[in-house]
Amino acid sequence: MVRLITHNLLACHVKGCTSNNFPLEFKDVQLVPHESWGILRYRTKLPRCLDDDFLKTLHHVLLEIHVEEGIMICPNCKHNYPISNGIPNMLLAEHEIG
Amino acid sequence: MATSRPKKYTKNTRNQQIQADMTYRALELLNLPPDEPAFLLDIGCGSGLSGEILDEEGYIWAGVDIAPSMLEVALEREVEGDLFLQDIGQGFGFRPGSFDGAISISVLQWLLNAETSHPTSSPPHRLSRFFTTLHSSLRNPSRAVFQFYPSSDDQIQLITSIAQKAGFGGGIVVDYPNSKKAKKVFLCLYVGGGGGAQQLPEGLDGEEAVEDGGKARFERRREREKTKNGKRKSIKDKDWILKKKELYRKRGKEGVPNDSKFTGPQAEASVLIYFMDLFLFNSSILHSEEVPATGDCVFRLIADEMALQRSHADPLPVLHFFCYNVL
Repeated sequence: MVRLITHNLLACHVKGCTSNNFPLEFKDVQLVPHESWGILRYRTKLPRCLDDDFLKTLHHVLLEIHVEEGIMICPNCKHNYPISNGIPNMLLAEHEIG
Repeated sequence: MATSRPKKYTKNTRNQQIQADMTYRALELLNLPPDEPAFLLDIGCGSGLSGEILDEEGYIWAGVDIAPSMLEVALEREVEGDLFLQDIGQGFGFRPGSFDGAISISVLQWLLNAETSHPTSSPPHRLSRFFTTLHSSLRNPSRAVFQFYPSSDDQIQLITSIAQKAGFGGGIVVDYPNSKKAKKVFLCLYVGGGGGAQQLPEGLDGEEAVEDGGKARFERRREREKTKNGKRKSIKDKDWILKKKELYRKRGKEGVPNDSKFTGPQAEASVLIYFMDLFLFNSSILHSEEVPATGDCVFRLIADEMALQRSHADPLPVLHFFCYNVL
């Protein structure tokens, strides 16, 4: 599952690609709503004053939607990380290893 | 890494038990603050054995592994963590401070093999890339615990020196150093922690046979889960099944069995009794020489039925035991 909250942790790790390597751009994605509850308040350190409706929407966007198929593209070096079956392929070619 | 791993690692229950024990021990060494959610990285998550334990203990996690076939098994297990196909020797692309901790069970030794002659695939280069990028993706302060199988002291030396260069503190903890079989090597690394404030935990001691005395620190955690007859409470008990069924219904999956008073072990028992009747009935009709064939067929039927009831366990060994020893 590539939930959007996880996508938010990913940066490009190709050799020499150190600036402007985040966030990876999505392309050709297939989204799937996904049910899970938990970490929102903790991970994002939201101010307590936000109302419940907003939190629910945010929770839905960050944790219940995940990408099943698609590609993530580095905005800097344009390396493509394909996602298949919900698992992103983060492998690099020999010349890209730092 | 070997694609032959899945079968070997996920089918063997003794292996599973050892892996589970090591995962609990790694979590213990991680020493996370209790009752606080934590986001962990499972390095070499494989088929999700350790991931299931992380789920069960209430941690949020992401896992990486290099074997697509293992990750497929993890998908089938429906673990909660996000999975990545990644070669840890190439380094991570996680943003700084992403994780509250990392565990890794029986993985690190794979980094000691050079697969090609290219400079980026030399073990020191891969280890250094791994530890440097891991260090930056962990929060300060936090810990990373690796259980691994070193084949020599030189390997331990190499790994610890590279980890230190990458900025980690900490070192090696050895459980049961005097036992050939139970000896387990853990590498406990610290990020930050303010000048030696984090003290290395002590390894477990004593012979493996001294289960009650030697495993004191293990025992404390498991005590709660034990039932009256001294057996460990099954993770997949009735509550677990009901929870899963509820989840499937919510997801709109078709054909979820109705809840009844025979859920979980009772359901298996009633199915078993039903087929035992069938088996006895068949064998009373047929002559004794034909019984084994009929028996096999019945085993298959029971096995299928049980697999339907509980898709995770392999019922065949149980049935064989039952039929050969009881009948």
